[in-house]
Amino acid sequence: MSAVIDSGHAHDEHRPDGGIMRWVTTTNHKDIGTLYLWFSFTMLLVGGMLALAIRAELFQPGLQFWHPEFFNQLTTMHGLIMVFGAIMPAFVGFANWQVPLMIGAPDMAFARLNNWSFWMLPVAATLLVGSFFVPGGATAAGWTIYAPLSTQMGPGMDLAIFALHIMGASSIMGSINIITTILNMRAPGMTLLRMPLFVWTWLITAYLLIAVMPVLAGAITMLLTDRHFGTSFFNAAGGGDPVMFQHIFWFFGHPEVYIMILPGFGIISQVIPAFSRKPLFGYSSMVYATASIAVLSFIVWAHHMFTVGMPTAGILFFMYATVLIAVPTGVKVFNWLTTMWRGSMSFETPMLFAVGFIFVFTMGGFTGLILAIMPIDIQLQDTYYVVAHFHYVLVAGSLFSLFAGFYFWVPKWTGRMYDEKLGKWHFWLSMIFFNVTFFPMHFLGLAGMPRRIPDYALQFAGFNEIASIGAFGFGLSQILFLWIALKVTVLGQGEKAGQRPWEGADTLEWTHLPSPAPYHSFDEQPVLG
Amino acid sequence: MTQQTENRGKANRKLMKKLLVVAAVMFGFGFALVPFYEKICEVTGIRNVFQPDAEAAQNTQVDTTRNVSVEFDANTQRLPWTFKPLQASVSVHPGEVTQVQYEVRNTLERPVTGQAVPSYSPQQAAPYFRKMECFCFRQQTLAPGEARTMPVVFVIDPKLPPELNAVTLSYTFFEVNGARGSGG
Ligand code: HEM
Ligand SMILES: [Cu+2]
Repeated sequence: MSAVIDSGHAHDEHRPDGGIMRWVTTTNHKDIGTLYLWFSFTMLLVGGMLALAIRAELFQPGLQFWHPEFFNQLTTMHGLIMVFGAIMPAFVGFANWQVPLMIGAPDMAFARLNNWSFWMLPVAATLLVGSFFVPGGATAAGWTIYAPLSTQMGPGMDLAIFALHIMGASSIMGSINIITTILNMRAPGMTLLRMPLFVWTWLITAYLLIAVMPVLAGAITMLLTDRHFGTSFFNAAGGGDPVMFQHIFWFFGHPEVYIMILPGFGIISQVIPAFSRKPLFGYSSMVYATASIAVLSFIVWAHHMFTVGMPTAGILFFMYATVLIAVPTGVKVFNWLTTMWRGSMSFETPMLFAVGFIFVFTMGGFTGLILAIMPIDIQLQDTYYVVAHFHYVLVAGSLFSLFAGFYFWVPKWTGRMYDEKLGKWHFWLSMIFFNVTFFPMHFLGLAGMPRRIPDYALQFAGFNEIASIGAFGFGLSQILFLWIALKVTVLGQGEKAGQRPWEGADTLEWTHLPSPAPYHSFDEQPVLG
Repeated sequence: MTQQTENRGKANRKLMKKLLVVAAVMFGFGFALVPFYEKICEVTGIRNVFQPDAEAAQNTQVDTTRNVSVEFDANTQRLPWTFKPLQASVSVHPGEVTQVQYEVRNTLERPVTGQAVPSYSPQQAAPYFRKMECFCFRQQTLAPGEARTMPVVFVIDPKLPPELNAVTLSYTFFEVNGARGSGG
C-alpha cells in the first residue's frame, strides 16, 4: 500500500490528459471528490426511481403494480441505496474537495488509498443493484436487515451483505484518510480551534465512522455465518437471539444517522455566515455541541427498540439520553439563527437551501423528540410517523445541506457561476414538493398506517394520494438539478466566477485560491498569521 | 521529495496504523457484544424461557373465583415434523397446577434434533405464566419416524390482571443448526 503524499509536479497547471484512464488512476483529491459526487448523484437517481415505484403503488389502495414481495424489495433497496450509496458518499465527496482546500493542504494524506476508497464503491453498488436479478430478487428485509428475516432470505441478501462489507471498508479507509489529513496536514498557524466548522464536523464524523462501521461489519458477518456456516448468533433454536441483532445493528445505526447529518451541519455553518456577512456565532460552542452529539449518539440506540420489551430502567435511560441530544442540537440551531440576526443577508440559492434546512430539519428534530417519548413511541413505532421523521432529517436535512454546499462551492470547483434563476427554481420546487410528500405522512402515522406495506385501509387513501403526487414532483425537480449541474460543470456554461464570488466567505479556498481552484493547490502551504 | 514531506509521510503512516487498530478493536467489540448481552439477559432474567420458573411451586393458593382459558398452539419452522397439542384449550383457575400434552413426530428418514421456543399472547400475560415442566427446557432428538408425547406442567399466577381471561401458549420447533445451508 503506497501511502505517499501527492507532492505535486514541478509545473502546476499540468492536468492529466482526458480519457477514462485519468479517472480510473487519479490520485488527485479534486478528481476523486468529483467522482464521489457524480457517483452519489447517480445513486440518488437510482434510489429515487425506486422511491417513485413505491409511491406509484401507494397512490391508491389495493395492489396496482407490484407483488408484495417485490414491494418489500423496493423499500429495502431504496433505503440501502440512499443511505450507503447517495448520502454517505456525497459527504465524502465534499470532504475530498473541501478539506484540503480549507486547511491549506496540497492533497489528502493517502492519495493512492483515496483512489481505492472510491473505486470500491461502484463495485459494491453493482453487487447491490445487481441483486435484483438473482433468483428470489433483492433483499426485502428492510434497510435495517433485522434477523430472522435476513437469516432466511435468498441469495440477494448475500449480495447485499457483501456490498455492505465493501462500502464499510471504503468508509473506514476514507475516514482514516480524512482524520490523518486534518490532524497532520493543516497549514502552519491553523490550530484546531481555527479550523472551519466543516472540517471540524468531518473530523468528528470520521471518528464516528471508524468506531461504528466495524460494528456493522461484525453484525453482518454474524448474519452471514448464521446463514451459511451453522452458527446461531440470531437463531433462537440454537440459543441465539434475534433481538440481539437489533441491539448490535442500532449500536451502529444511531451513530450512523449522525454520520449522515454532522457534515451537513458543517456545510450549513459555512453557508449561513457567508450570506449573513457575519462570523459564525458561538464557534467554540458549535464545536463542543458537535462533539457532544457524537458522544451521546453512542448511548441512545435502544430508542429504536422501545417495543421489544426492555426493563423499565432501560427504557427510562434511553429515553432521557435521547432527549438530552436535543440540547446540543438546539445549541446549533440557536447559533445559526443568531448568526443571521442583524446580518446583512442575501438569499442566493446556497442560502435558500441553508435557511430551508434550518426550518425543515428542526421540524424533523421535533418529531424525533416526540418519538423519543416511549409511551408515545409505542403507538408510533413502525408507522408512517417514523417515515416522516427520518425523511425530514435526511432529505430536508442531509440532502438539502448537500445542495447548499454544491451551490456554494461549485464556483470554486468550476470557475463558473451556476444558473441562479434555475437554482432558485430548484430550491422552491424541492421545498414545496418535499413538504407535499412528507407532511401528510405525519397524519398517516398518527392515524395508524404502518410503514413498509404495499396496500392500506381505505381511510388512508387521501393523504397517500397527496404524498404520491408530491413525490413525483420532487423527483422531477431533481432532473432540473441534473441540468443545472451539467450546465455548470460538463458544459462549462455560466458567468465566470471571481476568486471570491461570495463576499462573506472567508475560508482559505476563497481568500488564497483563484476560481477554478488549480489542479494542484497549496503545494506551498499558506501560513496563517 | 523534501525532508518535510517525508517526515509528514512517516507521521501519516503512524496515525493510519493507530486508526486501523481502532477499527479492528471495534470489529471485535461487535462480537464482544454477544456474550455481553447474554450475560445481561441472564442476570436480569429476561431470557429465562428455557428454565423452570422457580417461584411457581410455592404458589399454591388457587383462586377458584376465576376461570382462565388457556389455548395451545404449535408450529414448526421449516422442520418437517408434525407437532400438535393434544388439547386445543383448557379452562383453569389461577394457581391450579395443570398438565397438558403435546405430540411430535419426526417424518424424516434421519434423526433430527429440535428445540422448541415458547411464546405467549397477549404479551402482558407472559410474566404470570409459570412452566414447571416443559419439553422446551432441552433439545429433543427424534429417531427417524419416532413419535413422542411430551407434557407441559404449568400454573397461572393468581396475580394475572383481571382483564385477562384468555392466554395462548404457542411453541415453535426449530431444527438445531437448521440455519446451515438453508438460506434459500
Ligand atoms: C433531536 C434529534 C433526534 C431525535 C430525538 C430522534 C429520535 C428518533 C427516534 C426515537 C426514532 C425511533 C422511532 C421508531 O422507530 O419508533 C428515530 C428514528 C429514526 N431517526 Fe431520528 N432522531 C433525531 C434526529 C435524527 C437525525 C439527525 C437523523 C438523520 C439524519 C435521524 C434519522 C432517523 C432514522 C433514519 C430513523 C428510522 C430508522 C428506521 O427505523 O428505519 N434522526 N429517531
Ligand atoms: Cu436513533
